[in-house]
Amino acid sequence: MNTIELFKERFNQYQAGNGTSGLGTIRQNAFDAFNQMGIPTSRHEEWKYTRIGGVFNQQFQIPVSQAGTSISTFDLDALRMPGHDRANELVFINGLFSFSLSSIRSSGLVVLSLEEAAGNEYKDVVTKHLGHSSNYVKDGINALNTAFLHGGVFIQAKRGRVVEHPIYIYNVVDGRSENIFAQPRSLVHVDEQAQVQLVETYATLGAGESFTNQVVEVVVEQGAILEYYKIQNDKEHTNQVSTTHIRQLGKSHIHTVTISLSGRIVRNNLNVILEAERCEAHLYGLYFHQGQSHIDNHTVVDNVKPHCLSNELYKGILNDNATGVFNGKIFVRQQAQKTNAYQSNKNVLLSDNSSVNTKPQLEIFADDVKCSHGCTVGRLNEEGLFYLRSRGISEKVARSLLLQAFAADILEHVKPEPIRIHIERLIAERLEFV
Amino acid sequence: MLRIQNLHAGIEGKNILNGINLEIKPGEVHAIMGPNGSGKSTLASVLAGRKDYEVTDGSVEFLGKDLLDMSPEARAGEGLFLAFQYPVEIPGLSTVNFIKTAVNEIRKYRGEEPMDAVAFLKLMKEKMALMDIEKSLLTRSLNEGFSGGEKKRNEIFQMVMLEPKLAILDETDSGLDIDAIRIVANGVNKLRNKENGILVVTHYQRLLDYIIPDFVHVLYNGRIVKSGPKELALELEEKGYDFIRNEVNVEETA
Repeated sequence: MNTIELFKERFNQYQAGNGTSGLGTIRQNAFDAFNQMGIPTSRHEEWKYTRIGGVFNQQFQIPVSQAGTSISTFDLDALRMPGHDRANELVFINGLFSFSLSSIRSSGLVVLSLEEAAGNEYKDVVTKHLGHSSNYVKDGINALNTAFLHGGVFIQAKRGRVVEHPIYIYNVVDGRSENIFAQPRSLVHVDEQAQVQLVETYATLGAGESFTNQVVEVVVEQGAILEYYKIQNDKEHTNQVSTTHIRQLGKSHIHTVTISLSGRIVRNNLNVILEAERCEAHLYGLYFHQGQSHIDNHTVVDNVKPHCLSNELYKGILNDNATGVFNGKIFVRQQAQKTNAYQSNKNVLLSDNSSVNTKPQLEIFADDVKCSHGCTVGRLNEEGLFYLRSRGISEKVARSLLLQAFAADILEHVKPEPIRIHIERLIAERLEFV
Repeated sequence: MLRIQNLHAGIEGKNILNGINLEIKPGEVHAIMGPNGSGKSTLASVLAGRKDYEVTDGSVEFLGKDLLDMSPEARAGEGLFLAFQYPVEIPGLSTVNFIKTAVNEIRKYRGEEPMDAVAFLKLMKEKMALMDIEKSLLTRSLNEGFSGGEKKRNEIFQMVMLEPKLAILDETDSGLDIDAIRIVANGVNKLRNKENGILVVTHYQRLLDYIIPDFVHVLYNGRIVKSGPKELALELEEKGYDFIRNEVNVEETA
């Protein structure tokens, strides 16, 4: 049985057990959508350069409970990121949130299971925002996550509170005994005037294949501030589709940095919807892939209302046979006068067999806006290389310095210092072998 | 210390240097002058090892070794330094980090221990004063957004930090005002001693008022057509390069 058939069987068993109450209807609708849309092929406009179908032909387990996994705090210690002793730590195992492995330090923070939040005082927030990403990500993979909506988490930064410790989110897959298909799901509510930092990372234990199909939906309310960091440095036999969908209300600020360093197929959907006036969004990304790895960053910035600012800079380094995709869409809706929207994607190819498809897109329906977009693909700066070598710096060190310099204006936007140092170290290690 | 014999070199199949002969002994300062397109910068680039240029004939010996056989970094390790005509901007790489890496890479090449942070800082402060360079300049990205004068001063600052045995200045004076020329010349003159050699490549004799050469060579059509004492530079300034062109053309028709 291939994974798609397995999904159908599991879904029926699952719905039978959980009924159609509460989230059941959302799940059923999503499953219908999944059946209708299926797994995207390269004929799907948004999947032209990323062939995901092959992964679904492999055999995966689809865990619906924590039974059978035995991740200990000892296993987790090996995955912890620097600064964790001063962070809130949230842990997903095989896509299911684990309260016992998580720890909350900050009083400004609410962490509940999605099921619970959907039934209590947060019901309105959940109803309003859960599943909103499907309006922007129209493919069966997004629907699949919602169809199996279970074990997800609701995170709220309380109104007016500055959450003083960052939230580290570990998406762990236990591939020690079998191949795992994990579907973590979060709804993050940054309430009015609140401020919070999130850092997500991914790790697969053992030699099993993994597929993480993640959906994170975020609402940033009036005057709130969100920093969101994603660090993808999982093993070579791991696959990932990671959707981050951010809705912004008036005068809110968001700042995202997406760092991708490995994985077989890594696809990121980052949507930012500036739904009210005077929002500000900064999107940064750095991808540095090698071997047979494929990295795809799809971003959407949707300017709906006037006087918003968005700035996007993604940089890529590709080596060996690695392939990259950047697809950046900016919409400026008719009402969104006085929008400032900028986008840039720059790539360095280190080998003859690496390649990148980059496609910046602007769709403007308003007439009084400032927008720009552009992309570059090139080799490492030969003149710079000669300059450094002429000062006695060996070719290897010179290349490494130039690539670090190329990455610098992304890394400087990683504000939590332990995380920035952590990423700089990962990149320095990578450069040892370039 | 540097012996260039019958050097022929070009780029993309086009010959630019057509048999250069030049010898620089320790302690000497040589100036190479010539009109645009005579091959001055090509000579500097070939000596530093820029790979776009192809050497088709001849040899260059530096301190008894075959210079043309060495990588650019080995040339620097052996004590050669080129001050670039157009220093490269590298956003994201701080000038301090760059110079520190260069100092220690050269030490490594020579089998020496890396310089520790304290010693490096001390050396840097000393040379900063010499070159009238602000600390803020060094913490900025290498050459990024530097004015023309700042870039050239930064080149000479690197030179005094690396203490080469032979320094080649490729049109370091171009675009500099007189104060900046004085500072640059001051740095170069500090390097001047009985062991080191200096090769000044320039279009104008102005810089040579401050860095007094022992010998002046005139480059024309990829060859040295005239050599003489420092007064030759003044003669060129006065009469212009046409007088060389006429002299050469007369010789060739004779």
